[in-house]
Amino acid sequence: MTRTIRVASGQGFWGDSLEAPRQQVEGGPIDYLMLDYLAEVTMSILQKQKERDPAMGYARDFIGAIESVLPAIVERGVKVIANAGGVNPVACAEALIRAIAKAGHAGAVKVGVVTGDDLLPRLDELLASGHELKNMDTGAPLSTVRDRVLSANAYIGSTPIVEALQRGAQIVVTGRSTDTALTMAPLRHEFGWAADAWNQLAAGIVAGHILECGAQSSGGNCLHDWRNIPDLATVGYPIAEVEADGSFVITKHPGTGGRVSVPGVTEQLVYEMGDPHAYITPDVVADFTSIRVAPDGENRVRVHGITGGPATPFLKVSIAYRAGYKAVGSLVYSWPDALEKAQRADAIMRERLDRLGLTFEQVLSEFVGATATHGHLAGNGHEAPEVQYRIGVRGEDRASVERFTREIAPLVLNGPPSVTGFAGGRPKVEEVIAYWPALIDKRVVTTQVEVLS
Amino acid sequence: MSQATVQVRLLDLAHTRSGDKGDTANCGVIALRPEWYPLLARELTAARVQAHFGALISGDVERFELPNLNALNFLLHGALDGGGTLSLKTDAQGKVVSTAMLRLMLTVPADEAATLGLPMQHPSPDSSIP
Repeated sequence: MTRTIRVASGQGFWGDSLEAPRQQVEGGPIDYLMLDYLAEVTMSILQKQKERDPAMGYARDFIGAIESVLPAIVERGVKVIANAGGVNPVACAEALIRAIAKAGHAGAVKVGVVTGDDLLPRLDELLASGHELKNMDTGAPLSTVRDRVLSANAYIGSTPIVEALQRGAQIVVTGRSTDTALTMAPLRHEFGWAADAWNQLAAGIVAGHILECGAQSSGGNCLHDWRNIPDLATVGYPIAEVEADGSFVITKHPGTGGRVSVPGVTEQLVYEMGDPHAYITPDVVADFTSIRVAPDGENRVRVHGITGGPATPFLKVSIAYRAGYKAVGSLVYSWPDALEKAQRADAIMRERLDRLGLTFEQVLSEFVGATATHGHLAGNGHEAPEVQYRIGVRGEDRASVERFTREIAPLVLNGPPSVTGFAGGRPKVEEVIAYWPALIDKRVVTTQVEVLS
Repeated sequence: MSQATVQVRLLDLAHTRSGDKGDTANCGVIALRPEWYPLLARELTAARVQAHFGALISGDVERFELPNLNALNFLLHGALDGGGTLSLKTDAQGKVVSTAMLRLMLTVPADEAATLGLPMQHPSPDSSIP
C-alpha cells in the first residue's frame, strides 16, 4: 500500500475564515494543517503593531485558531505549520505556549519557532557591505528610501521547518517563510526527499501553490461554471493527498460545499503566475508547463508529472516603506444620466482642488458601474441605474490629503443632482506603506530553529 | 478569394483568473475545451491582447504557453496604476482583469468555427477577411 500524507489548507490569508482550521481538523483524517497568514503588505502592518507594543507583531487570529483545534490535534497527533509569526515569531510562539497551558495541555505540544528572516536589524550592515537590495521592478537602490523602511524580510524556504519537525515540533511557527514552504516542509520531512530531488521538490511547490489560497482551489472565486458550484456557504477547504513520488490528489472533506474540479484547480494554477517555465522558490525552480491534471473521481483531481530544477543563489526580500498618504471618497449618482452627472461632479471636484492649490502625486477618478474596472471595454454606461463616482488622491503631504477629504461632501448640495450614498461620512486618510521587492545572496541569510514546550 | 468569417467572444471559449505582481497583472486564459486550445494559441497573441487593452495598460504584454493545461498566461505590465498599496484603483490587485480579457472578440474562419463547434458565433462586420 502506498503511503499518503494529507496536508490540509486552513487559511489563505490573514482575515480568512475563522472556522476553516477547525473544519479541516474535525472533518476527516489529515496529517498536517497548513495556515498561510502573510501577504506582501501584512508584514508592514505587523511591524507597526510591534513598534507600538514589542509583544505584538504576529497574526493573533492564529492563537484562536489553535485553541479551536487543540484537543483534536493533541488526540490525533495532527501537526500544524503556520507563518503566523509575522515580524515576531518568538512572541507568537510564547503566546501559543501560554494558550496551550491554559487549555490544560502544558508540555504536551512542542512548538518550533523559525527565525532569521528578519533583515531589518541588519539592513545598514548589509547595505554597507555592498548588498544594494535594488528594487526588482525599477532597479533603484534601496538607499533611495532607506530612511522610510518599516520592515525587511527574506522569504525563507522549507529547510528550517523540516528541521523543527525533525526535532519533534508538533506546531511550527515561522516569520516570512514562503507560502509554498508550509506545504513543502511536511512532505520533505515525511518522505525524506533529498535537497536535489528536483522533481519531487517541484511537486511539493505545486501542491503548496494550490493550497496557499485556501478555498480558491475548491470552488471559491471560481469563474468556471460558477452558478452550479454547490454550497459555498459550507465550502470545504482543499486537501492534498501526496505520495512519495510527488504525485498528489487535491480533494476536500466529504459533506462539505464547493467543488474540486480540473477547471477550478487549473484556475488556481495560473493565479499570480509569471513565467510558467520558472516558478522560483528558495528550494527549487518548478516548471509549471510540466504539470498534468486529470479527474480522479468526485471532488478529486490528480496532479502529476511535475519537473523542476536547481534553485537560484538568491532569496527574495520583501521590504515595506512609508510612501505618503492617501484617501478615497465616493458618491452615488442615479439615473437619468447617472454617468454624465458623475463625470460633471468629477470636473467640479478637480477644479476645486486646483483652486485650493492642492497638489498630489496621483489623482484617480473612477466611475463604478460604468468604466471602473473595464475602462473603454465596458462600452456605453449611460443607461446605468446608478454610477458610483470614486476619487482618490495620494501624496507626501498629509494636510493636502486631509483637505481633499473635506471636498467630497459639499458636492451633495452644491454639485450635480440625483446624488446619494454619502452616509459613510468623510473618507479616512491612510498612510501608504509601499512594497519594495529585492533579491539577496542566500548565503547572508541564516535561519535559526528553536523547539519550545 | 475571400473566406467567410465569424466573430467569437473569448467569454464563450475560455475561462480566466488574474492576479498581481507589483504593477503587473497576470491573466491566465484556459480553453473551455481542449480542442479549442490550438485556436487560442494561434489567435490570442500578445499583440492582440495589447490592442484589446489599449490605454488601460502602460507597458508591454508578454505571453507564455501552457499546452499541458490548455492555457495561456499573459503578463500585462503597467496595468495597475502603480500596483499594490500605491494604486488608487478599485481593482488595484488586478482581480477582474480576467473578465475584461473575456470581452475580446476573435475573428475565426466560418468553416473552422463550425468544425470546432464554437458557440455563439457572431457574423463579422464585413463577414469576410481577404
